[in-house]
Amino acid sequence: MIEIKDLHKSYQIGKNSLHVLKGINFSVKEGELVSIMGSSGSGKSTLLNILGILDEADSGSYNLDGVPIKNLNERIAANYRNKFLGFIFQSFNLINYKSALDNVALPLYYQGISRGERTDRAMSYLEKVGLADWASHKPNELSGGQKQRVAIARALASQPKVLLADELTGALDTKTSYEIMDLIQQINDEGKTILVVTHEEDIAQMTKRIVHLKDGVIINDEKVEQVRAIENV
Amino acid sequence: MFSLERWQEIFETISKNKLRTFLTGVSVASGIFILIILLGVSVGMQNGIEKQFQNDASNIINIYPGYTTLEYKGLNPKRRIQFTNEDYELALGDKEEVVHKSSDFQIWSRLISYKKEFGSYRIQGVMPDFQYLENASIIEGRFINQLDLDHLEKHIIIGNRVKKDLFKDNSPLGEYISLSGLNFKVVGVYTDPGGDREEARVYIPLTTAQVVFGAGINIRSMGFTLPKVDDYDEALAESNKFTAKIERQLKAKLLVNPLDTSGIFISNNIENTKEIYQLISAMKIFFWFVGIATLLAGIIGVSNIMLIIVKERTKEIGIRKALGAKPMSIVAMVLHESVFVTAFSGLIGLILALALLEFVGPMVELDFLINPSVNFNIAMTTVVILIVAGAVAGFFPAWRGAKIKPIDALRDE
Ligand SMILES: Nc1ncnc2c1ncn2[C@@H]1O[C@H](COP(=O)(O)OP(=O)(O)O)[C@@H](O)[C@H]1O
Ligand SMILES: [Mg+2]
Repeated sequence: MIEIKDLHKSYQIGKNSLHVLKGINFSVKEGELVSIMGSSGSGKSTLLNILGILDEADSGSYNLDGVPIKNLNERIAANYRNKFLGFIFQSFNLINYKSALDNVALPLYYQGISRGERTDRAMSYLEKVGLADWASHKPNELSGGQKQRVAIARALASQPKVLLADELTGALDTKTSYEIMDLIQQINDEGKTILVVTHEEDIAQMTKRIVHLKDGVIINDEKVEQVRAIENV
Repeated sequence: MFSLERWQEIFETISKNKLRTFLTGVSVASGIFILIILLGVSVGMQNGIEKQFQNDASNIINIYPGYTTLEYKGLNPKRRIQFTNEDYELALGDKEEVVHKSSDFQIWSRLISYKKEFGSYRIQGVMPDFQYLENASIIEGRFINQLDLDHLEKHIIIGNRVKKDLFKDNSPLGEYISLSGLNFKVVGVYTDPGGDREEARVYIPLTTAQVVFGAGINIRSMGFTLPKVDDYDEALAESNKFTAKIERQLKAKLLVNPLDTSGIFISNNIENTKEIYQLISAMKIFFWFVGIATLLAGIIGVSNIMLIIVKERTKEIGIRKALGAKPMSIVAMVLHESVFVTAFSGLIGLILALALLEFVGPMVELDFLINPSVNFNIAMTTVVILIVAGAVAGFFPAWRGAKIKPIDALRDE
């Protein structure tokens, strides 16, 4: 599903160049639930943004579901993001003037799906994350956990190939974090490929594979015995 | 491009961002309101200034008789020319462009008395338009009218000097004064910027004067004014053409040698009006400048609002892009929404301003501000220019917004 080879990325800060990713090689197969671990500043988000076509690597190759991701123009990048990828952010990034339902329906708008169908589909994903009763509420009327559920429903709505989550539990308390991880595990159980960036060991343990990043290189990449979140709630 | 889906998306955005929409709307509406009012006021000022200078600017042509100096068709030189009603009719005959017209007959000095007061004044028999040929303005009552002429009324309009001499501080209107043994009823008092000398005259109907003074159909002189033309050179050419024609016609009828320069005198004040023409055109340029400057300020204001809106929506744009919005759809969304809001509130501002000018404008009658109003087409054009300018100016921030990388827009502070 994801294939990256010798990925490099530097940030230019004034005259200095900050080499963040120093040759990353890694691949993810369909149906995997992978966590990318590392201390703050180790380059996790940078890697995830490149995988999410929100940013571009300086060198190296990246194949997403067999499609080479290289020198894409904005239109095509937008199209790939819409078709292939679903994003979940630490700060939710919901549009605050839209209801939960309309937020979930938004990616479908960009797929050119009609209004009626958008609403139906969005509603079914809200049901899936357990928020059918909250469909008409605005984000500021929801708790952090509920916001993240709306964001997950939105990420799923466009039926992407891969879900990318950056510190998705970073703004949540432990109990809520585990409830969210339980939902992530359920979605993975249905076969969705999911990448989770985290710096929390317990969250990483709830995935099936941990990729450890340090100083811009992968220092460890191992399959783990998945801890079911539901048992810790 | 303008699909129903997008209209729905935009209406949703507008209705769910009531405050932002309201603030944008109010600033655009008030901007356009102020712009239209300013345009109206500048029209009002032009009206006022033009009125102030109207008399000085009008092209007055006076025609006087003289003595011939050249022999012509067997007639000796040094012959005195006398105009009559017929000459006046001839001169006026085919000149449709004439605005004001009058012939006159005058007696240089006659005794006029009221009760025990008396004095000698110049008597002029004139027509209604004479008021405009002279710079006389009525301060009480009225000037000679057509009925006075038709019925040979013994009505008289006296100068302010005459009034002071004969009536002191009392109102002369309706009083009878004695002139050549006849009683004339005072119907008006005039003042003249020429001062005492020019105000020491009285006006009576030309027809009455011709009878009272036994003049028959004789007249002394005639005067005409031509319409105001915006451009001085054009006015000069028109005026010269006009006088040349009259001169030719009168000389032919009165048998004056075409080369004789003193049989008939034509005085034309057009050259004196040159400075006023220049003043008025300078004024026009000034108001153009004011108009354009206000429009520019409006454009900058609207663009600024657009800029702020796009800036405020950076994060939303980032989210939309992460969800698959293409750059053009972001640009279109921002523009579509802002043009809609601008156009709608712009029209409201326009309607309010037009209503105000329509109802209040005609009541305004100050020295330098008369009937402020705007041409509807100019007003509409202004609004359209503002909307287009707003869209064009909004395009750049929208474009920049669309170009922002989603990660930059979404970065948590
Ligand atoms: N846009 C940027 N410009 C400059 N430096 C950046 C930028 N984004 C990230 N960095 C730097 O790159 C390093 C890695 O950042 P990041 O990938 O966000 O780390 P993590 O997500 O693991 O905490 C950090 O030192 C960060 O300061
Ligand atoms: Mg990070």
